Amino acid sequence: MHTAPGEHRNGAVIALNNVRKTYQMGSTLVHALAGVSISFYPGDFWAIMGPSGSGKSTMLNILGCLDRVTSGDYVLEGNDVSTMEDDALSDVRLRHLGFIFQSFNLIPQLTVRRNIELPLYYLGWEAERSAARAVELAGLVGLEGRLNHKPTELSGGQMQRVAIARALANDPQILLADEPTGNLDSATGDQILNILGQLNREGKTIVMVTHETHVAAHAKHCLHMRDGKIESIEEN
Amino acid sequence: MARSKTARNILLGIENLLLHKLRTFLTMLGVVFGVGSVVAMLSVGEGASQEALEQIRKIGSNNIIVTSIKAAEDASSSAMQANMSIYGLTYNDQIRIEETFNRIRQTVPVKMVRQECRLGERALELRVVGTLPAWFELLQRDVVAGRVLTDADIANLAGVVVLTEFGARKLLAAENTIGSTLRVGSSYFEIVGIVRSEGGLAGNIQMPDEQIDAYVPITVARERFGDIATTRSAGGYNREMVQLHQLIVEAASIDDVESVAKGIEAMLARFHKKEDYRISIPLALLRQAEATKRTFNIVLGSIAAISLLVGGIGIMNIMLASVTERTREIGVRRAIGAKRRQIISQFLIETIVLSTVGGLIGIGLGMFIPWLITYFAGMPTVVTLKSVLLSVGISVAVGMVFGLYPAVRAANVDPIVALRHE
Ligand SMILES: Nc1ncnc2c1ncn2[C@@H]1O[C@H](COP(=O)(O)OP(=O)(O)OP(=O)(O)O)[C@@H](O)[C@H]1O
Ligand SMILES: [Mg+2]
Repeated sequence: MHTAPGEHRNGAVIALNNVRKTYQMGSTLVHALAGVSISFYPGDFWAIMGPSGSGKSTMLNILGCLDRVTSGDYVLEGNDVSTMEDDALSDVRLRHLGFIFQSFNLIPQLTVRRNIELPLYYLGWEAERSAARAVELAGLVGLEGRLNHKPTELSGGQMQRVAIARALANDPQILLADEPTGNLDSATGDQILNILGQLNREGKTIVMVTHETHVAAHAKHCLHMRDGKIESIEEN
Repeated sequence: MARSKTARNILLGIENLLLHKLRTFLTMLGVVFGVGSVVAMLSVGEGASQEALEQIRKIGSNNIIVTSIKAAEDASSSAMQANMSIYGLTYNDQIRIEETFNRIRQTVPVKMVRQECRLGERALELRVVGTLPAWFELLQRDVVAGRVLTDADIANLAGVVVLTEFGARKLLAAENTIGSTLRVGSSYFEIVGIVRSEGGLAGNIQMPDEQIDAYVPITVARERFGDIATTRSAGGYNREMVQLHQLIVEAASIDDVESVAKGIEAMLARFHKKEDYRISIPLALLRQAEATKRTFNIVLGSIAAISLLVGGIGIMNIMLASVTERTREIGVRRAIGAKRRQIISQFLIETIVLSTVGGLIGIGLGMFIPWLITYFAGMPTVVTLKSVLLSVGISVAVGMVFGLYPAVRAANVDPIVALRHE
């Protein structure tokens, strides 16, 4: 289901074309991404693997519009995001993307409900409508009883489920996850992966960075990186 | 919709501040004291100037008061004739002033004599003033009983006397005394009325009726008591000749007061060898009160400004710490899709809420302090709506000014770095 480097196909939700990301470290240049071309299609489930420093996080940051490419093109759901200004990128994140982090990144002083509502707040939803949506999403991840709890009162697995609910609040086409099971034991991790698998079956496009092969096994495709380049692509 | 959103943002800000109640409270203190001192200071200044205004109103803001005084060098001067000192305003002064200045409405002469008086069994020395009915127009006082002097009294040389409240108290006279006979010196007068009197100083000007016990028609005073007063002293007799003790000049309008006063001063200087008179202008008092208020406001205003500055810096300091503490939260919000300006407004609203609540508490404090000042020091204070509104404005401004930098810092947090932040 992937395309050869350099090739572009219509219908891709994410299309990278010769994307480079270069950091200046003193007098030396670090090529975190050294020319990456790939397209992801609706309903894809990708795992990105590779040794430390190979550029996985950099890739995910670029995909997540948190960072800009140094050169190359990035087209996300038909929008050329490589040339966008900061506000426009915020808007793309708000409307098209959902993030799941290794360390959950819930806001500690907000209740579960309010954490889930956060994207809706920035979307400008009215309080009642977003409250109803939060209840719905909490039910989806099996946390309807925890809506008024603070994140600190939850287990790791529960926190990650809240994070997933939050990532789904704006009903994005694409979910981006950076080692979503990295801080969880394997049983809890599997629960999370099952939720992601379920979401993928319901049509979400998922891109997940991981170190572990058994985690990557949940994905449909696996992209191996090395030194900022795509080393190989594996189908599960 | 937009309003409810702002309300929601403010609520969120309040919620966040309530997470750290003690910290929030301590951070507010700077603004509380700053604003408190602004309100308190303005109230003291305002109280002083309103008091001055009130007193000036009692003297009459259009009036110029010329008072005869015994010039300092008089004791040994040539004006001493046969143990008699002659000084002060003359009947001619009044005529000259009236004829010279056309921006004058009227002049009221005051001739004061001390006389032994007797009402029934009660006898004592009173200060009796001979004047015109116009006196009662220039110094508006309530009539307690009976009536004041009339033009007919003047023309008919009527033997009538109007007591001041002050004089009535000395004589133990009351309403039912109206119609009784008061003996003044060797003459008999019918008591026709009692009027209120005002005492005290307005700045450095004595109330014209402060020490007056009774009024009689000036024509009668001249005829019965003459211009020479004899007082007994240790070495024998002191004789003084004073025609008029005071002249109250009413200017045509408030704008004429100062120029007329200058003119009178120049004229008197020409006709009097010595400066045996003093010119007081109540209006000048107002100027003085306002100048004092200005100085007061500047001095205390700077102190208040410094405390507000310190308060503002305190807020900025805490907000910067809060931004650092919440770096990760900022990163999360940005990753989710918050725009820079939404982060700015989040932090700015928090700071403004902080400083405004501090300001409101400060206003409470600032209204309490003047109450204490009035209660314990007897100083008049007035908290005006203007000063309260000003304080609210200052509080909001402090929040905006000192919150902006931390808020911009927050908005410039790089989400990638922030998400990795511990
Ligand atoms: N902000 C930065 N400034 C300079 N160099 C950077 C920056 N971010 C990443 N790099 C460099 O780019 C390269 C790729 O980093 P990246 O974080 O993408 O690796 P990774 O594959 O996610 O590694 P890990 O598995 O350890 O998370 C590394 O050599 C890293 O040192
Ligand atoms: Mg990484």
